[in-house]
Amino acid sequence: MVAGLCTNVVFGFIRAAILFAALDSAGGSIAGYDQGSVGAYVWLSQGLLGAIQLNGAADVGDRVRTGDVAVDLTRPVDLQTWHLAEDLGRSAYTVLPRLLPSVAVGALTVGLAMPATAWPYVLGAASIVLGVTLSFYCRFAVNVLGFWLLDTRGLRTLYMVVSTFLAGLYVPVALFPDWLRTLAHTTPFPSILQVPIDIVSGRLGPTDAAKAFAVQCFWVAVACLAGRLLMAAGRRKLVVQGG
Amino acid sequence: MPEREPIIDVHDLTREFTVRRKGRGPLRTRSTVAAVERMTFSVQPGESVGYIGANGAGKSTTIKMLTGILVPTSGSVRTCGLDPVRRRRELARRIGVVFGQRSQLWWDLPLRESFSILAAIHRLDAGAAAARTAELVDELEIGPTLDTAVRQLSLGQRMRAEIAASLLHSPELLILDEPTIGLDVLSKQRLREFLRHERGSRGTTLLLTTHDMGDIQRLCDRVLVVDRGMLAYDGTLPGLGATVGARRVLVVELAEATADLTGIPGAEHLSSEGGGMRQRLAFDARTTTAAALLAAVSARADVRDLSIEEPDIEDVVSRIYQSRR
Amino acid sequence: MVSTGWSSPYRAVLASRIRAQRAYPTSFALDLASSLLVGLTELGEVWVVFANVTVLGGLDLDAVLLLFGLSNLAFSLADMVVGHVDTLPTYIRMGSLDAFYLRPLPLLAQLVTSDLTLKRLARIGVAAVALAAGLLRNDIHWGPQTLMLLGVALICGTAIFAGLFVCAASLQFFLVNGAELTSSFTYGGSYAASQPASIFPTPLKLVFGYLVPVAFTAYLPTLAILHLPGPPLLPSWAVWCTPAAVAWVWLTAMCLWRWGTRHYQGGGG
Repeated sequence: MVAGLCTNVVFGFIRAAILFAALDSAGGSIAGYDQGSVGAYVWLSQGLLGAIQLNGAADVGDRVRTGDVAVDLTRPVDLQTWHLAEDLGRSAYTVLPRLLPSVAVGALTVGLAMPATAWPYVLGAASIVLGVTLSFYCRFAVNVLGFWLLDTRGLRTLYMVVSTFLAGLYVPVALFPDWLRTLAHTTPFPSILQVPIDIVSGRLGPTDAAKAFAVQCFWVAVACLAGRLLMAAGRRKLVVQGG
Repeated sequence: MPEREPIIDVHDLTREFTVRRKGRGPLRTRSTVAAVERMTFSVQPGESVGYIGANGAGKSTTIKMLTGILVPTSGSVRTCGLDPVRRRRELARRIGVVFGQRSQLWWDLPLRESFSILAAIHRLDAGAAAARTAELVDELEIGPTLDTAVRQLSLGQRMRAEIAASLLHSPELLILDEPTIGLDVLSKQRLREFLRHERGSRGTTLLLTTHDMGDIQRLCDRVLVVDRGMLAYDGTLPGLGATVGARRVLVVELAEATADLTGIPGAEHLSSEGGGMRQRLAFDARTTTAAALLAAVSARADVRDLSIEEPDIEDVVSRIYQSRR
Repeated sequence: MVSTGWSSPYRAVLASRIRAQRAYPTSFALDLASSLLVGLTELGEVWVVFANVTVLGGLDLDAVLLLFGLSNLAFSLADMVVGHVDTLPTYIRMGSLDAFYLRPLPLLAQLVTSDLTLKRLARIGVAAVALAAGLLRNDIHWGPQTLMLLGVALICGTAIFAGLFVCAASLQFFLVNGAELTSSFTYGGSYAASQPASIFPTPLKLVFGYLVPVAFTAYLPTLAILHLPGPPLLPSWAVWCTPAAVAWVWLTAMCLWRWGTRHYQGGGG
């Protein structure tokens, strides 16, 4: 845990330096970000990395690979919900050692602006939970493809690279050139990281935040459904071909 | 004959580990455990020594100190006359080591590549390396497996491959840590035969740790018994039985039913079967010999056939442990 | 074919590993593709920033391309040759490190030559393209000094990153699950190296300029090649001290390695 935090802090400092320098060059503000909100973005994103898990891995992937999933499917528990519960538990466990210290470091060093009212935190917390859930459903769907693909390693790396970029980890999505921003919004990824951060940091006003939250809900539903459909198809394949 | 320099010379060898006990705050204690304690023994070139001990008795720790992997806490160790830690690389050219549970081969490469890499590592001349590899492959019957990846070999095949690999550079000393563990009876037999032959033809010194008494009986002239890090016995195998008073058993098949053969000096009648046609007599090797006992029995009955049962070695070893408690 | 010479055992192992990787062409192609994607994404990050500004830390996009190319080429080369030493914890856990002790070769040399991560060739390619673009698009005075600077940057840069990998591996003797911690200065160092160090606040300048001296791998050479002055703590003439940075990193690496192996062998109580 400490190790992950250490890496977060180092990358946080470097990323903050890059974006502050960019703000400097642009005269103090880019796409509605100023120094305070950029600081918030950097440190919240670093802190949430442990919870969000953009790396494309999911326990169900290992189970499919080894064939153990056949055993799981005989149990009376819904596989997707079961793994989701585990994932949420694991994420919750990272909040204390990763999220809070990251924000603290940011506040004490480069400075970050957090809202003074309560509602961003309330809605933001819900948004973070949705973000974690969405990340899980996406990774679940990708890993279930292991029923058809022998080796999902390439696919998972592709997922990791694309999702990390479009989720706005390297650079806030608002800074993307127009066409790239539009492209990003056709994917669920900004809803995983960028949206929760924008809500918690207060960058979005109440109406915009509500709209973004609704979009998150939409993607959660889509990803969940996709995962379930794939799982059902995979199950049929198992039964027909005998794993 | 002048005494040659021993190939293994260990003097007061000790290795301690600190163990942290699980406890909170003031309850956390650190204690020192001696895995090996004041061990002294030496092995002459050409000997074949078996090293017996329970799990955790310190066998692997001793081997690690002999080969330079672990540094002794105190005492001295010299292998092939060299300090194993300071002159590790030089020593590595002169010894071969086989770990039963860990592989030294390249896991996902075909077996023949492991051999060619090792030949390069030991700077063997290409012609000599090819000849030696062929010889070992032939004797250990691993020819068909040469193009298989090591991870796909069966346990028996892998052990034979490991032994071949360890002998590629014709070392003076071969150390084997549990080489027959998990092997079936036939594989064990063939492996022991090979090691006997290798020792006979090249005079390679053997040091073998094992749980298998069959290995000791068939391969070793000398036995070291280690108990909780200390040397409990150093000598020959028959001597081992005699030391703890373990007895051999003479089994006689008689021509006709006879009364129990009791009262023979130095022997104890154990059992009779078939109305006295088959009788078992235990005797202590320290007080009488099998020949003398046979003569005494023959004087009383007509012996058709006989056999001798050696003391069960595991029984002997456990007696040693018990006698030290 | 005679197998003599000090390098033949290492060449034998490396040749085997290369053959092993080529034996699974689809898997290898996939690995190359993902490596390529990662390289492109890193370049993409730079490009997105410059979609919003024209200058970052005193350097324009063309200069940053040069910076990116130099740092990533050095890092990817080091990663290909030395990067896999991070598998040391696996060797220790499986007991296979002991096999190294039983061979008549130095331990570190065995670990370094135990593999060659060929899939990094894709990132090397991306970095090389960025470097070429940077060299072509900038107004560079091509002379012996420039060529020497390029050579120093690439050779010393690779050496510095390789040394950092060895430091990271050595620490694995002491840490449990230490790979995450050390990636803060190996991968963190690489990230810092591809930024203009002038944007860093003073503490960060000191860390990535002198403690983990990655600024010497690309930023200082870029300044020198483009004849730019550089900030007070990292002036462009300091590029001529790069060999000292290499020595510092490798001295630390060797000390840590020695310390680590002694710890493994239980020496020193």
